[in-house]
Amino acid sequence: MKWIASALFAAPLLLLPLFAGDFYINLASQILIAAIFALSLNLLVGFGGMTSLGHASYLGVAAYISALLTGRYGLGHGPAAIISITGTVATAAFFGVIALRATGLGFLMITLALSQVLWGLAYRMSNVTNGDNGIAGLTRPMPFGISLDSAAAFYWFALIVASFSFLMMAIFVSSSFGSSLKGVRDQPRRMAALGFNPWMIRWITFIYAGFWGGISGLLYVYYNKYIHPTSLSTTSSAEALLGVIAGGSGTLGGPVVGATLVLMLKNYASAYIERWNMLLGLVFLFIVLVMPTGIVPGLGKLAARFRRGSR
Amino acid sequence: MQFWIIQGLNSLSLGGLLFLLSSGFSLIFGLMRLANLTHGAFFMLGTYFAAVALREYSGLNLWVTALGAGLAVAAIGGLFERLVLTRLKTNPLGQVLVTLGMSFIISDACLVLWGGDSIPVPTPHNLQAPTRMFGFVFPTYRLVLVGCAVATAVALYLLMERTRIGAMIRAGVDDRQMARAVGIPVSNLFTIVFCLGAGIAGAGGVLGGPILSAYPGLDADMLPLALIVVILGGIGSLLGAFVGSFIIGFIYTFGTALFPELAYIILFLPMIVVIAFRPQGLFGRVSA
Repeated sequence: MKWIASALFAAPLLLLPLFAGDFYINLASQILIAAIFALSLNLLVGFGGMTSLGHASYLGVAAYISALLTGRYGLGHGPAAIISITGTVATAAFFGVIALRATGLGFLMITLALSQVLWGLAYRMSNVTNGDNGIAGLTRPMPFGISLDSAAAFYWFALIVASFSFLMMAIFVSSSFGSSLKGVRDQPRRMAALGFNPWMIRWITFIYAGFWGGISGLLYVYYNKYIHPTSLSTTSSAEALLGVIAGGSGTLGGPVVGATLVLMLKNYASAYIERWNMLLGLVFLFIVLVMPTGIVPGLGKLAARFRRGSR
Repeated sequence: MQFWIIQGLNSLSLGGLLFLLSSGFSLIFGLMRLANLTHGAFFMLGTYFAAVALREYSGLNLWVTALGAGLAVAAIGGLFERLVLTRLKTNPLGQVLVTLGMSFIISDACLVLWGGDSIPVPTPHNLQAPTRMFGFVFPTYRLVLVGCAVATAVALYLLMERTRIGAMIRAGVDDRQMARAVGIPVSNLFTIVFCLGAGIAGAGGVLGGPILSAYPGLDADMLPLALIVVILGGIGSLLGAFVGSFIIGFIYTFGTALFPELAYIILFLPMIVVIAFRPQGLFGRVSA
Protein backbone atom coordinates (compact mmCIF):
# COMPACT_ATOMS: atom_id res chain seq x y z
CA MET A 1 0.00 0.00 0.00
CA LYS A 2 2.74 2.36 1.02
CA TRP A 3 4.72 1.46 -2.09
CA ILE A 4 1.78 2.11 -4.39
CA ALA A 5 1.19 5.44 -2.75
CA SER A 6 4.80 6.49 -3.15
CA ALA A 7 4.81 5.29 -6.77
CA LEU A 8 1.69 7.34 -7.43
CA PHE A 9 3.44 10.29 -5.84
CA ALA A 10 6.77 9.78 -7.62
CA ALA A 11 5.49 9.09 -11.12
CA PRO A 12 4.13 12.57 -11.91
CA LEU A 13 7.33 14.09 -10.47
CA LEU A 14 9.49 11.91 -12.71
CA LEU A 15 7.38 12.31 -15.80
CA LEU A 16 6.58 16.01 -15.39
CA PRO A 17 8.84 17.21 -18.26
CA LEU A 18 6.99 14.89 -20.68
CA PHE A 19 3.66 16.68 -20.39
CA ALA A 20 4.41 20.15 -18.95
CA GLY A 21 5.68 23.20 -20.77
CA ASP A 22 9.06 24.82 -20.13
CA PHE A 23 7.56 27.45 -17.82
CA TYR A 24 6.17 24.83 -15.47
CA ILE A 25 9.28 22.66 -15.64
CA ASN A 26 11.38 25.64 -14.62
CA LEU A 27 8.95 26.51 -11.86
CA ALA A 28 9.21 22.94 -10.62
CA SER A 29 13.02 23.15 -10.64
CA GLN A 30 12.85 26.32 -8.57
CA ILE A 31 10.48 24.62 -6.15
CA LEU A 32 12.89 21.71 -5.75
CA ILE A 33 15.73 24.12 -4.96
CA ALA A 34 13.60 26.08 -2.49
CA ALA A 35 12.47 22.82 -0.91
CA ILE A 36 16.04 21.66 -0.20
CA PHE A 37 16.78 25.07 1.25
CA ALA A 38 13.68 25.06 3.47
CA LEU A 39 14.33 21.47 4.57
CA SER A 40 17.85 22.36 5.65
CA LEU A 41 16.56 25.36 7.60
CA ASN A 42 13.92 23.13 9.15
CA LEU A 43 16.66 20.95 10.69
CA LEU A 44 17.51 24.00 12.78
CA VAL A 45 14.07 25.51 13.31
CA GLY A 46 11.88 22.46 13.61
CA PHE A 47 14.09 19.71 14.96
CA GLY A 48 16.71 21.75 16.79
CA GLY A 49 14.57 24.58 18.15
CA MET A 50 17.09 27.10 16.80
CA THR A 51 15.29 29.77 14.81
CA SER A 52 17.83 31.18 12.39
CA LEU A 53 17.19 34.31 10.37
CA GLY A 54 20.46 34.04 8.52
CA HIS A 55 20.16 30.82 6.61
CA ALA A 56 20.55 32.60 3.26
CA SER A 57 24.23 32.94 4.21
CA TYR A 58 24.95 29.34 3.24
CA LEU A 59 22.99 29.45 0.02
CA GLY A 60 24.76 32.70 -0.86
CA VAL A 61 28.27 31.66 0.14
CA ALA A 62 28.10 28.44 -1.89
CA ALA A 63 26.60 30.25 -4.88
CA TYR A 64 29.11 33.10 -4.77
CA ILE A 65 32.17 30.86 -4.38
CA SER A 66 31.02 28.66 -7.24
CA ALA A 67 30.22 31.69 -9.41
CA LEU A 68 33.61 33.28 -8.74
CA LEU A 69 35.59 30.10 -9.30
CA THR A 70 33.87 29.01 -12.49
CA GLY A 71 33.09 32.45 -13.92
CA ARG A 72 36.18 34.42 -13.08
CA TYR A 73 38.95 31.91 -12.54
CA GLY A 74 37.83 29.38 -15.12
CA LEU A 75 37.87 26.43 -12.75
CA GLY A 76 35.90 23.31 -13.73
CA HIS A 77 32.52 22.73 -12.12
CA GLY A 78 33.60 19.60 -10.21
CA PRO A 79 36.45 21.12 -8.19
CA ALA A 80 34.51 24.40 -7.88
CA ALA A 81 31.56 22.57 -6.34
CA ILE A 82 33.81 20.78 -3.85
CA ILE A 83 35.58 23.99 -2.87
CA SER A 84 32.36 25.96 -2.52
CA ILE A 85 30.72 23.29 -0.36
CA THR A 86 33.85 23.09 1.79
CA GLY A 87 33.82 26.87 2.10
CA THR A 88 30.15 26.84 3.06
CA VAL A 89 30.66 24.17 5.68
CA ALA A 90 33.59 26.14 7.12
CA THR A 91 31.44 29.28 7.22
CA ALA A 92 28.65 27.37 8.96
CA ALA A 93 31.12 25.90 11.47
CA PHE A 94 32.49 29.35 12.24
CA PHE A 95 29.08 31.08 12.42
CA GLY A 96 27.82 28.22 14.55
CA VAL A 97 30.55 28.76 17.12
CA ILE A 98 29.50 32.40 17.44
CA ALA A 99 25.73 32.06 17.22
CA LEU A 100 25.46 29.06 19.53
CA ARG A 101 26.88 31.04 22.40
CA ALA A 102 23.26 32.16 22.69
CA THR A 103 19.92 30.41 22.37
CA GLY A 104 16.44 31.62 21.49
CA LEU A 105 16.14 35.26 20.51
CA GLY A 106 19.84 35.93 20.99
CA PHE A 107 20.62 33.16 18.51
CA LEU A 108 18.13 34.66 16.06
CA MET A 109 19.65 38.12 16.36
CA ILE A 110 23.22 36.90 15.96
CA THR A 111 22.41 34.81 12.88
CA LEU A 112 20.60 37.81 11.40
CA ALA A 113 23.53 40.12 12.10
CA LEU A 114 26.07 37.65 10.68
CA SER A 115 24.13 37.16 7.46
CA GLN A 116 23.70 40.92 7.10
CA VAL A 117 27.48 41.21 7.32
CA LEU A 118 27.83 38.81 4.40
CA TRP A 119 25.14 40.67 2.47
CA GLY A 120 27.01 43.93 3.09
CA LEU A 121 30.25 42.32 1.90
CA ALA A 122 28.62 41.07 -1.29
CA TYR A 123 27.28 44.55 -1.91
CA ARG A 124 30.33 46.61 -1.02
CA MET A 125 33.29 44.49 -2.12
CA SER A 126 32.44 45.29 -5.70
CA ASN A 127 35.87 44.49 -7.13
CA VAL A 128 35.38 40.87 -6.05
CA THR A 129 31.63 40.32 -6.11
CA ASN A 130 30.68 42.89 -8.73
CA GLY A 131 28.43 44.55 -6.13
CA ASP A 132 24.93 45.45 -7.14
CA ASN A 133 25.45 44.21 -10.70
CA GLY A 134 25.86 40.65 -9.54
CA ILE A 135 27.84 38.03 -11.41
CA ALA A 136 26.33 37.08 -14.74
CA GLY A 137 27.29 34.87 -17.66
CA LEU A 138 27.75 31.67 -15.65
CA THR A 139 27.38 28.17 -16.99
CA ARG A 140 25.70 24.99 -15.82
CA PRO A 141 27.83 21.93 -15.12
CA MET A 142 27.85 18.92 -17.44
CA PRO A 143 27.76 15.81 -15.21
CA PHE A 144 29.01 12.78 -17.18
CA GLY A 145 29.02 14.94 -20.30
CA ILE A 146 25.25 15.51 -20.23
CA SER A 147 24.26 19.09 -20.92
CA LEU A 148 21.84 20.57 -18.40
CA ASP A 149 20.92 23.57 -20.51
CA SER A 150 17.43 22.38 -21.38
CA ALA A 151 14.68 22.87 -18.82
CA ALA A 152 13.87 19.15 -18.67
CA ALA A 153 17.48 18.03 -18.17
CA PHE A 154 17.99 20.50 -15.38
CA TYR A 155 14.74 19.46 -13.77
CA TRP A 156 15.78 15.80 -13.67
CA PHE A 157 19.16 16.77 -12.29
CA ALA A 158 17.52 18.90 -9.57
CA LEU A 159 15.05 16.09 -8.85
CA ILE A 160 17.88 13.60 -8.28
CA VAL A 161 19.73 15.99 -5.99
CA ALA A 162 16.55 16.96 -4.14
CA SER A 163 15.47 13.35 -3.60
CA PHE A 164 18.90 12.46 -2.31
CA SER A 165 18.91 15.51 0.00
CA PHE A 166 15.46 14.68 1.28
CA LEU A 167 16.52 11.13 1.99
CA MET A 168 19.71 12.20 3.75
CA MET A 169 17.87 14.70 5.92
CA ALA A 170 15.13 12.18 6.70
CA ILE A 171 17.77 9.66 7.79
CA PHE A 172 19.49 12.34 9.86
CA VAL A 173 16.28 13.20 11.67
CA SER A 174 15.20 9.63 12.34
CA SER A 175 18.67 8.49 13.43
CA SER A 176 19.59 8.24 17.08
CA PHE A 177 21.43 11.51 16.64
CA GLY A 178 18.18 13.04 15.43
CA SER A 179 16.46 11.78 18.57
CA SER A 180 19.10 13.36 20.76
CA LEU A 181 18.65 16.58 18.79
CA LYS A 182 14.94 16.60 19.56
CA GLY A 183 15.80 15.83 23.15
CA VAL A 184 18.10 18.85 23.28
CA ARG A 185 15.37 20.98 21.73
CA ASP A 186 12.81 20.02 24.36
CA GLN A 187 14.87 19.38 27.48
CA PRO A 188 18.45 20.66 27.17
CA ARG A 189 19.20 20.41 30.88
CA ARG A 190 17.94 16.85 31.23
CA MET A 191 19.91 15.87 28.15
CA ALA A 192 23.01 17.41 29.67
CA ALA A 193 22.34 15.54 32.90
CA LEU A 194 22.09 12.31 30.89
CA GLY A 195 25.60 12.89 29.61
CA PHE A 196 24.84 14.36 26.20
CA ASN A 197 26.63 17.48 25.06
CA PRO A 198 23.84 19.85 23.94
CA TRP A 199 26.22 22.37 22.46
CA MET A 200 28.00 19.79 20.32
CA ILE A 201 24.70 18.31 19.12
CA ARG A 202 23.46 21.77 18.13
CA TRP A 203 26.73 22.67 16.45
CA ILE A 204 26.84 19.49 14.36
CA THR A 205 23.25 20.11 13.30
CA PHE A 206 24.09 23.70 12.45
CA ILE A 207 26.93 22.56 10.19
CA TYR A 208 24.82 19.82 8.61
CA ALA A 209 22.07 22.33 7.86
CA GLY A 210 24.67 24.70 6.42
CA PHE A 211 25.92 21.88 4.19
CA TRP A 212 22.50 21.27 2.64
CA GLY A 213 21.92 25.01 2.44
CA GLY A 214 25.13 25.10 0.40
CA ILE A 215 23.87 22.31 -1.88
CA SER A 216 20.70 24.28 -2.57
CA GLY A 217 22.91 27.33 -3.23
CA LEU A 218 24.86 25.42 -5.87
CA LEU A 219 21.64 24.34 -7.58
CA TYR A 220 20.39 27.92 -7.29
CA VAL A 221 23.39 29.38 -9.07
CA TYR A 222 23.35 26.61 -11.71
CA TYR A 223 19.71 27.28 -12.37
CA ASN A 224 19.89 31.07 -12.59
CA LYS A 225 23.40 31.27 -14.11
CA TYR A 226 23.53 34.54 -12.19
CA ILE A 227 24.01 35.61 -8.60
CA HIS A 228 23.07 38.87 -6.90
CA PRO A 229 23.48 40.11 -3.29
CA THR A 230 19.68 39.87 -2.76
CA SER A 231 20.05 36.10 -2.45
CA LEU A 232 22.00 36.82 0.75
CA SER A 233 19.46 39.32 2.06
CA THR A 234 17.13 39.02 5.02
CA THR A 235 14.25 38.69 2.56
CA SER A 236 15.81 35.52 1.22
CA SER A 237 16.25 34.05 4.71
CA ALA A 238 12.76 35.19 5.66
CA GLU A 239 11.15 33.55 2.63
CA ALA A 240 12.67 30.22 3.60
CA LEU A 241 11.64 30.65 7.22
CA LEU A 242 8.13 31.51 6.12
CA GLY A 243 8.06 28.34 4.03
CA VAL A 244 9.15 26.26 7.02
CA ILE A 245 6.62 27.81 9.37
CA ALA A 246 3.75 27.95 6.90
CA GLY A 247 4.22 24.30 5.99
CA GLY A 248 4.82 23.16 9.53
CA SER A 249 8.21 23.15 11.23
CA GLY A 250 9.45 19.90 12.67
CA THR A 251 7.82 17.79 9.97
CA LEU A 252 9.56 16.50 6.87
CA GLY A 253 6.75 17.27 4.44
CA GLY A 254 5.91 20.70 5.85
CA PRO A 255 8.87 22.68 4.53
CA VAL A 256 8.40 21.18 1.07
CA VAL A 257 4.74 22.22 1.03
CA GLY A 258 5.57 25.62 2.52
CA ALA A 259 8.43 26.33 0.12
CA THR A 260 6.19 25.35 -2.79
CA LEU A 261 3.48 27.72 -1.62
CA VAL A 262 5.87 30.63 -1.09
CA LEU A 263 7.45 30.13 -4.49
CA MET A 264 4.15 29.80 -6.32
CA LEU A 265 2.84 32.85 -4.53
CA LYS A 266 5.96 34.76 -5.48
CA ASN A 267 5.75 33.71 -9.12
CA TYR A 268 2.05 34.29 -9.60
CA ALA A 269 1.84 37.42 -7.47
CA SER A 270 4.73 39.04 -9.27
CA ALA A 271 2.88 38.58 -12.54
CA TYR A 272 0.11 40.86 -11.27
CA ILE A 273 1.68 43.14 -8.66
CA GLU A 274 5.19 44.34 -8.07
CA ARG A 275 4.88 44.47 -4.33
CA TRP A 276 6.34 41.10 -3.37
CA ASN A 277 7.87 42.32 -0.12
CA MET A 278 4.62 43.78 1.12
CA LEU A 279 2.77 40.60 0.26
CA LEU A 280 5.47 38.58 2.00
CA GLY A 281 4.99 40.70 5.11
CA LEU A 282 1.23 40.30 5.03
CA VAL A 283 1.53 36.54 4.57
CA PHE A 284 3.86 36.46 7.56
CA LEU A 285 1.27 38.21 9.70
CA PHE A 286 -1.49 35.98 8.39
CA ILE A 287 0.34 32.70 8.95
CA VAL A 288 1.54 33.59 12.44
CA LEU A 289 -1.83 34.92 13.59
CA VAL A 290 -4.10 32.38 11.92
CA MET A 291 -2.09 29.20 11.37
CA PRO A 292 0.76 29.22 13.88
CA THR A 293 1.49 25.49 13.66
CA GLY A 294 1.53 25.37 9.86
CA ILE A 295 -0.41 23.63 7.15
CA VAL A 296 0.82 20.04 7.39
CA PRO A 297 0.26 19.59 11.15
CA GLY A 298 -3.02 21.48 10.76
CA LEU A 299 -4.19 19.08 8.05
CA GLY A 300 -2.96 16.15 10.15
CA LYS A 301 -5.10 17.33 13.05
CA LEU A 302 -8.08 17.72 10.74
CA ALA A 303 -7.58 14.22 9.35
CA ALA A 304 -7.31 12.77 12.84
CA ARG A 305 -10.54 14.47 13.87
CA PHE A 306 -12.23 13.21 10.71
CA ARG A 307 -11.14 9.63 11.40
CA ARG A 308 -12.32 9.82 14.99
CA GLY A 309 -15.62 11.31 13.86
CA SER A 310 -16.31 8.65 11.24
CA ARG A 311 -15.76 5.81 13.66
CA MET B 1 45.25 65.69 12.02
CA GLN B 2 42.15 67.31 10.52
CA PHE B 3 41.25 63.87 9.13
CA TRP B 4 41.36 62.19 12.54
CA ILE B 5 39.40 64.96 14.23
CA ILE B 6 36.71 65.07 11.58
CA GLN B 7 36.41 61.28 11.48
CA GLY B 8 36.32 61.27 15.27
CA LEU B 9 33.41 63.69 15.20
CA ASN B 10 31.68 61.67 12.51
CA SER B 11 32.08 58.61 14.72
CA LEU B 12 30.54 60.46 17.64
CA SER B 13 27.58 61.60 15.59
CA LEU B 14 27.01 58.12 14.15
CA GLY B 15 27.30 56.77 17.68
CA GLY B 16 24.67 59.26 18.80
CA LEU B 17 22.34 58.17 16.01
CA LEU B 18 22.91 54.53 16.85
CA PHE B 19 22.04 55.26 20.46
CA LEU B 20 18.74 56.85 19.42
CA LEU B 21 18.07 53.70 17.41
CA SER B 22 19.27 51.01 19.79
CA SER B 23 18.15 52.42 23.15
CA GLY B 24 14.53 51.82 22.17
CA PHE B 25 15.35 48.37 20.85
CA SER B 26 17.12 47.56 24.08
CA LEU B 27 14.30 48.90 26.27
CA ILE B 28 11.72 46.87 24.37
CA PHE B 29 13.83 43.73 24.53
CA GLY B 30 14.53 44.19 28.23
CA LEU B 31 10.89 44.49 29.24
CA MET B 32 9.05 42.48 26.62
CA ARG B 33 11.67 39.84 25.73
CA LEU B 34 10.92 40.73 22.13
CA ALA B 35 13.48 41.27 19.39
CA ASN B 36 11.70 44.05 17.54
CA LEU B 37 12.88 43.65 13.96
CA THR B 38 10.61 46.53 12.90
CA HIS B 39 12.96 48.94 14.62
CA GLY B 40 15.00 49.77 11.53
CA ALA B 41 11.76 50.41 9.66
CA PHE B 42 10.55 52.77 12.43
CA PHE B 43 13.79 54.70 12.08
CA MET B 44 13.39 54.89 8.30
CA LEU B 45 9.77 55.96 8.66
CA GLY B 46 10.93 58.92 10.77
CA THR B 47 13.48 59.90 8.13
CA TYR B 48 10.91 59.71 5.34
CA PHE B 49 8.35 61.72 7.32
CA ALA B 50 10.94 64.46 7.81
CA ALA B 51 12.16 64.36 4.22
CA VAL B 52 8.67 64.65 2.79
CA ALA B 53 7.42 67.21 5.34
CA LEU B 54 10.42 69.46 4.80
CA ARG B 55 10.14 69.12 1.02
CA GLU B 56 6.51 70.22 1.08
CA TYR B 57 6.77 72.90 3.78
CA SER B 58 10.29 74.24 3.57
CA GLY B 59 9.80 76.64 6.48
CA LEU B 60 9.29 73.80 8.93
CA ASN B 61 11.62 73.54 11.89
CA LEU B 62 13.63 70.30 12.08
CA TRP B 63 13.10 69.96 15.84
CA VAL B 64 9.35 70.33 15.52
CA THR B 65 9.43 67.78 12.73
CA ALA B 66 11.42 65.39 14.92
CA LEU B 67 8.83 65.73 17.66
CA GLY B 68 5.93 65.27 15.27
CA ALA B 69 7.48 62.31 13.45
CA GLY B 70 8.45 60.75 16.78
CA LEU B 71 4.86 60.98 17.98
CA ALA B 72 3.52 59.63 14.69
CA VAL B 73 5.86 56.64 14.71
CA ALA B 74 5.09 56.06 18.38
CA ALA B 75 1.39 55.95 17.50
CA ILE B 76 2.01 53.45 14.70
CA GLY B 77 4.13 51.35 17.04
CA GLY B 78 1.45 51.49 19.73
CA LEU B 79 -1.25 50.37 17.33
CA PHE B 80 0.93 47.51 16.12
CA GLU B 81 1.63 46.44 19.69
CA ARG B 82 -2.03 46.59 20.74
CA LEU B 83 -3.51 45.01 17.63
CA VAL B 84 -0.95 42.34 16.80
CA LEU B 85 1.72 41.71 19.41
CA THR B 86 -0.63 41.33 22.39
CA ARG B 87 -2.38 38.48 20.60
CA LEU B 88 0.89 36.58 20.51
CA LYS B 89 1.83 36.87 24.19
CA THR B 90 2.48 33.16 24.52
CA ASN B 91 4.35 32.83 21.24
CA PRO B 92 7.69 34.69 21.35
CA LEU B 93 8.83 33.27 18.01
CA GLY B 94 5.59 34.39 16.40
CA GLN B 95 6.14 37.87 17.79
CA VAL B 96 9.54 38.12 16.15
CA LEU B 97 8.13 36.87 12.87
CA VAL B 98 5.33 39.44 12.80
CA THR B 99 7.79 42.25 13.55
CA LEU B 100 9.81 40.99 10.59
CA GLY B 101 6.68 40.89 8.43
CA MET B 102 5.78 44.38 9.59
CA SER B 103 9.23 45.66 8.63
CA PHE B 104 8.76 44.31 5.10
CA ILE B 105 5.36 45.99 4.88
CA ILE B 106 6.64 49.36 6.10
CA SER B 107 9.71 49.41 3.88
CA ASP B 108 7.70 48.42 0.82
CA ALA B 109 5.03 51.00 1.65
CA CYS B 110 7.74 53.69 1.81
CA LEU B 111 8.94 52.57 -1.61
CA VAL B 112 5.41 52.79 -3.03
CA LEU B 113 4.64 56.14 -1.47
CA TRP B 114 7.90 57.99 -1.98
CA GLY B 115 9.69 56.19 -4.79
CA GLY B 116 13.13 54.72 -5.14
CA ASP B 117 15.20 57.90 -5.25
CA SER B 118 16.76 59.16 -2.07
CA ILE B 119 15.21 62.33 -0.65
CA PRO B 120 17.57 64.67 1.18
CA VAL B 121 16.67 66.22 4.52
CA PRO B 122 18.05 69.77 4.65
CA THR B 123 20.23 70.81 7.56
CA PRO B 124 18.60 73.63 9.59
CA HIS B 125 19.79 77.08 8.39
CA ASN B 126 21.22 78.23 11.68
CA LEU B 127 23.34 75.08 11.95
CA GLN B 128 24.74 75.11 8.44
CA ALA B 129 27.75 77.29 9.21
CA PRO B 130 30.69 75.24 10.44
CA THR B 131 31.99 75.76 13.96
CA ARG B 132 35.62 76.77 14.40
CA MET B 133 37.34 75.52 17.49
CA PHE B 134 41.07 75.25 18.32
CA GLY B 135 41.91 75.98 14.71
CA PHE B 136 39.76 73.12 13.39
CA VAL B 137 36.52 73.29 11.47
CA PHE B 138 33.58 71.18 12.60
CA PRO B 139 30.19 70.66 10.94
CA THR B 140 27.93 72.20 13.56
CA TYR B 141 24.99 69.91 12.97
CA ARG B 142 26.96 66.82 13.93
CA LEU B 143 28.02 68.42 17.20
CA VAL B 144 24.38 69.24 17.96
CA LEU B 145 23.39 65.66 17.10
CA VAL B 146 25.82 64.26 19.66
CA GLY B 147 24.33 66.68 22.17
CA CYS B 148 20.84 65.39 21.36
CA ALA B 149 21.90 61.80 21.88
CA VAL B 150 23.50 62.60 25.23
CA ALA B 151 20.41 64.57 26.28
CA THR B 152 18.20 61.61 25.31
CA ALA B 153 20.44 59.27 27.27
CA VAL B 154 20.22 61.48 30.36
CA ALA B 155 16.44 61.83 29.98
CA LEU B 156 16.02 58.07 29.62
CA TYR B 157 18.26 57.47 32.62
CA LEU B 158 16.21 59.89 34.72
CA LEU B 159 12.98 58.33 33.45
CA MET B 160 14.13 54.85 34.37
CA GLU B 161 15.80 55.61 37.68
CA ARG B 162 13.95 58.58 39.13
CA THR B 163 10.29 58.24 38.18
CA ARG B 164 7.51 55.99 39.32
CA ILE B 165 6.89 54.62 35.85
CA GLY B 166 10.61 53.91 35.48
CA ALA B 167 10.54 51.95 38.72
CA MET B 168 7.57 49.97 37.41
CA ILE B 169 9.39 49.23 34.15
CA ARG B 170 12.47 48.08 36.07
CA ALA B 171 10.30 45.86 38.20
CA GLY B 172 8.77 44.38 35.05
CA VAL B 173 12.21 43.75 33.57
CA ASP B 174 13.46 42.02 36.69
CA ASP B 175 10.48 39.81 37.40
CA ARG B 176 7.38 40.10 35.31
CA GLN B 177 5.32 37.66 37.39
CA MET B 178 6.09 39.36 40.68
CA ALA B 179 5.43 42.79 39.18
CA ARG B 180 2.00 41.60 38.08
CA ALA B 181 1.36 40.08 41.49
CA VAL B 182 1.97 43.38 43.27
CA GLY B 183 -0.45 45.15 40.96
CA ILE B 184 1.75 46.73 38.30
CA PRO B 185 -0.16 46.81 34.99
CA VAL B 186 2.58 45.11 32.98
CA SER B 187 0.55 44.90 29.76
CA ASN B 188 0.06 48.66 29.75
CA LEU B 189 3.76 49.09 30.41
CA PHE B 190 4.44 46.98 27.31
CA THR B 191 2.47 49.41 25.19
CA ILE B 192 4.11 52.44 26.79
CA VAL B 193 7.60 51.05 26.34
CA PHE B 194 6.91 49.95 22.77
CA CYS B 195 5.57 53.43 21.91
CA LEU B 196 8.54 55.05 23.63
CA GLY B 197 11.06 52.87 21.80
CA ALA B 198 9.36 53.37 18.44
CA GLY B 199 9.07 57.11 19.07
CA ILE B 200 12.75 57.52 19.89
CA ALA B 201 13.65 55.53 16.78
CA GLY B 202 11.34 57.72 14.66
CA ALA B 203 12.73 60.96 16.09
CA GLY B 204 16.24 59.56 15.68
CA GLY B 205 15.43 58.90 12.04
CA VAL B 206 14.49 62.57 11.60
CA LEU B 207 17.66 63.77 13.30
CA GLY B 208 19.74 61.37 11.22
CA GLY B 209 18.07 62.65 8.05
CA PRO B 210 20.45 65.53 7.27
CA ILE B 211 23.38 63.09 7.43
CA LEU B 212 21.88 59.95 5.89
CA SER B 213 18.93 61.27 3.80
CA ALA B 214 15.89 59.07 3.23
CA TYR B 215 16.41 56.16 0.81
CA PRO B 216 14.93 52.68 0.34
CA GLY B 217 16.99 50.14 2.24
CA LEU B 218 17.85 52.53 5.05
CA ASP B 219 16.04 50.15 7.41
CA ALA B 220 18.12 47.19 6.27
CA ASP B 221 21.26 49.27 6.78
CA MET B 222 20.32 50.40 10.27
CA LEU B 223 18.80 47.25 11.78
CA PRO B 224 21.99 45.16 11.77
CA LEU B 225 23.86 48.07 13.33
CA ALA B 226 21.27 48.20 16.11
CA LEU B 227 21.52 44.43 16.58
CA ILE B 228 25.29 44.57 16.78
CA VAL B 229 25.13 47.45 19.26
CA VAL B 230 22.79 45.68 21.64
CA ILE B 231 24.54 42.32 21.33
CA LEU B 232 27.81 44.11 22.10
CA GLY B 233 26.51 46.32 24.89
CA GLY B 234 24.23 43.78 26.51
CA ILE B 235 20.59 43.32 25.67
CA GLY B 236 18.25 45.36 27.84
CA SER B 237 20.94 47.59 29.30
CA LEU B 238 20.72 51.32 28.66
CA LEU B 239 24.34 51.88 29.57
CA GLY B 240 25.30 49.00 27.29
CA ALA B 241 23.39 50.58 24.40
CA PHE B 242 25.13 53.90 25.06
CA VAL B 243 28.67 52.51 25.21
CA GLY B 244 28.01 50.01 22.41
CA SER B 245 26.66 52.75 20.12
CA PHE B 246 29.79 54.83 20.40
CA ILE B 247 32.10 51.83 20.03
CA ILE B 248 30.29 50.78 16.86
CA GLY B 249 30.13 54.41 15.68
CA PHE B 250 33.92 54.67 15.91
CA ILE B 251 34.63 51.28 14.39
CA TYR B 252 32.24 51.75 11.51
CA THR B 253 33.37 55.29 10.67
CA PHE B 254 37.08 54.59 10.82
CA GLY B 255 36.60 51.22 9.17
CA THR B 256 34.78 52.80 6.23
CA ALA B 257 37.33 55.61 5.97
CA LEU B 258 40.44 53.46 6.16
CA PHE B 259 39.35 50.10 4.69
CA PRO B 260 36.14 50.85 2.83
CA GLU B 261 35.66 47.32 1.51
CA LEU B 262 36.27 45.55 4.78
CA ALA B 263 34.18 47.88 6.96
CA TYR B 264 31.54 45.21 7.46
CA ILE B 265 34.04 42.62 8.63
CA ILE B 266 35.74 45.04 10.99
CA LEU B 267 32.30 45.91 12.31
CA PHE B 268 31.62 42.43 13.45
CA LEU B 269 34.99 41.66 15.01
CA PRO B 270 34.19 43.34 18.35
CA MET B 271 30.89 41.48 18.43
CA ILE B 272 32.68 38.14 18.03
CA VAL B 273 35.19 38.98 20.73
CA VAL B 274 32.49 40.04 23.17
CA ILE B 275 30.27 37.04 22.44
CA ALA B 276 33.22 34.69 22.81
CA PHE B 277 34.23 35.95 26.24
CA ARG B 278 31.06 37.51 27.59
CA PRO B 279 27.93 36.17 25.89
CA GLN B 280 25.65 38.48 27.85
CA GLY B 281 27.38 41.54 26.38
CA LEU B 282 29.50 44.20 28.06
CA PHE B 283 26.85 45.45 30.49
CA GLY B 284 24.15 42.82 30.24
CA ARG B 285 23.09 40.95 33.34
CA VAL B 286 21.51 37.94 31.72
CA SER B 287 22.42 36.29 28.46
CA ALA B 288 19.70 36.45 25.85
